[in-house]
Amino acid sequence: MLGYLLRRILQSIVVLLCVSVVVFFIMYLSGDPVEMLLPPEATQQEVEDLRSYLGLDKPFHIQYLTFLKNALHGDLGKSFVFNKPALSLIVERIPATMELAVCAILLSLIIGLPAGMYAAVKPESWLARNIMSGSLLGISLPVFWLGIILVLVFSVILGWLPSSGRGQTEAVFGIRLGLLTLDGLKHLILPALTIAVFHLALIVRLVRSGMQEVLLQDFIKFLKAKGLSANKVVYVHALKNILIPIVTITGMQLGHVIAFAVVTESIFAWPGMGKLVIDSIHGLDRPVVLAYLLIISLMFVFLNFLVDVVYTFLDPRIRLK
Amino acid sequence: MNLSGWREFWEEFRESKSGIFGAALTLLLILVALFAPLISPQNPYDLTQLFLEDSNLAPKWTLGKFMLGSDGQGRDLYSAILYGLRVSLYVGLSSTAISAIFGTLMGLLAGYMGGKTDAIIMRIADIQLSFPAILIALVIMSLWGQGLFKIIIAISVVTWVFYARTARGSTLSEREKDYVDSARAAGMTSSAIMLREVLPNIVAPIIVIGTVRVANSIILESTLSFLGLGVPITEPSLGSLIYEGYQVLFSGFWWSSVLPGLALMGIVLGVNLLGDRLRDVLNPRLKR
Repeated sequence: MLGYLLRRILQSIVVLLCVSVVVFFIMYLSGDPVEMLLPPEATQQEVEDLRSYLGLDKPFHIQYLTFLKNALHGDLGKSFVFNKPALSLIVERIPATMELAVCAILLSLIIGLPAGMYAAVKPESWLARNIMSGSLLGISLPVFWLGIILVLVFSVILGWLPSSGRGQTEAVFGIRLGLLTLDGLKHLILPALTIAVFHLALIVRLVRSGMQEVLLQDFIKFLKAKGLSANKVVYVHALKNILIPIVTITGMQLGHVIAFAVVTESIFAWPGMGKLVIDSIHGLDRPVVLAYLLIISLMFVFLNFLVDVVYTFLDPRIRLK
Repeated sequence: MNLSGWREFWEEFRESKSGIFGAALTLLLILVALFAPLISPQNPYDLTQLFLEDSNLAPKWTLGKFMLGSDGQGRDLYSAILYGLRVSLYVGLSSTAISAIFGTLMGLLAGYMGGKTDAIIMRIADIQLSFPAILIALVIMSLWGQGLFKIIIAISVVTWVFYARTARGSTLSEREKDYVDSARAAGMTSSAIMLREVLPNIVAPIIVIGTVRVANSIILESTLSFLGLGVPITEPSLGSLIYEGYQVLFSGFWWSSVLPGLALMGIVLGVNLLGDRLRDVLNPRLKR
């Protein structure tokens, strides 16, 4: 177990290094930020000065090593636009994005698990048919368009819910959360719903097909023969057996939701990482984009790691090697 | 496949109403996109045909110009949607073709060669798969800037992995079969065995994945275009139309974001239904 953990950590570090080289290389190729930073009437001397001040006159590998050394000290460069450290700009937006992502995933699990199981147990019923066609619609809806439709219906036409921002937030252990105030909750509903629909549809389909396969297995027949109630067989024993793919998908989905927040946050002007990075891309704010990519890679590597570890708890047959 | 094979396929395919519906919807939208210049009342790319006083007209719901209203630049929305559909389908289909070909070749190479080649190709695939497609495409487009060709390449770069994995899996099992041994004994080179002997036998699952992925590629393209990192504004896709429509949503001009979205949903739903059905019919696991 310990050996496995060490190997996985080493592997993760290698992946992160690879990502940092690739990202830095593409950034390097994408041109010189100096021309955007200075007004067009700047003299040649000013251009040269700024370039050497930023270290852009050095060869690629020196620039990369300097970047890496600073990164290990927690310094990912300064935002050109905000003139603040890129790292802290992103870190202070993580709670907003995480709050959105976790709420959306929880929402899709709470609805998706029972709905998918029901569709597997009673596939011919009217409700199950509707659940399945609804889930097909759900994976075919472009997320950003769904967001617009929700804004149109609930903000523009009905005027029930706000369409942008995060509303009032409350500090919990120094982290600002919107979940605890009514205003914050109101602001959360539409963006969380927008993200949840696609994942809900995915979970329903996954649970249904997994459940259908499990229900055909011998141990289910045996449990029924033993006289267990149908509900207990389905909702306890069969459910246990489909948890593994659900954990994988949920873990991966959390990552995707964080990445996809780029879209949802842009629509709802949600002050999270996604909105920051889109603004930074359009504003050519290179250090912020670079820092975002590194932090998000770190998150992904960590999430994959976590999913693997949770496996062993769910299925003792899996040995981590 | 010979003629009776096709007939058998069709007999099975048409058993499902949703499969037929998906195929019909897809075909209809492809035809409409193909003949857009002939059936649209206006050329939305021709700036001399646009007049500012026509901007943001509400849908008339009668045939002809402005039947679906107009957008902020005075473009006939119906024409813009037809042309947008054309761009979206073009990007979706060509990026799928490129990534399917490249991915299949990579998977074939990895599966057939094994050893270091396999390890390198599949490790790259693993690393890439641990990051969401949208993020990688976003990075590429943010560095390259907008462009039709660029987005096709970006989507291909993101999606080749799916084909590589499938192709590798099938190649691994094909490699052990007698016909490969006899081809090798007959003195065929490795590349000839891969392309002429193994490739035809692994193509079916690739086609199924390809169909389903077209829908994903179309959504990916429209999402990037919605974020302003996709096709150029001179040739708007459905995603860029929705973005432009969103800018005027709060002024009450709902049609210019809702209607292009319906078209987008139509094509994605059609392709998804078609793909689901193809998977059911062609999947050998379910045919036992």
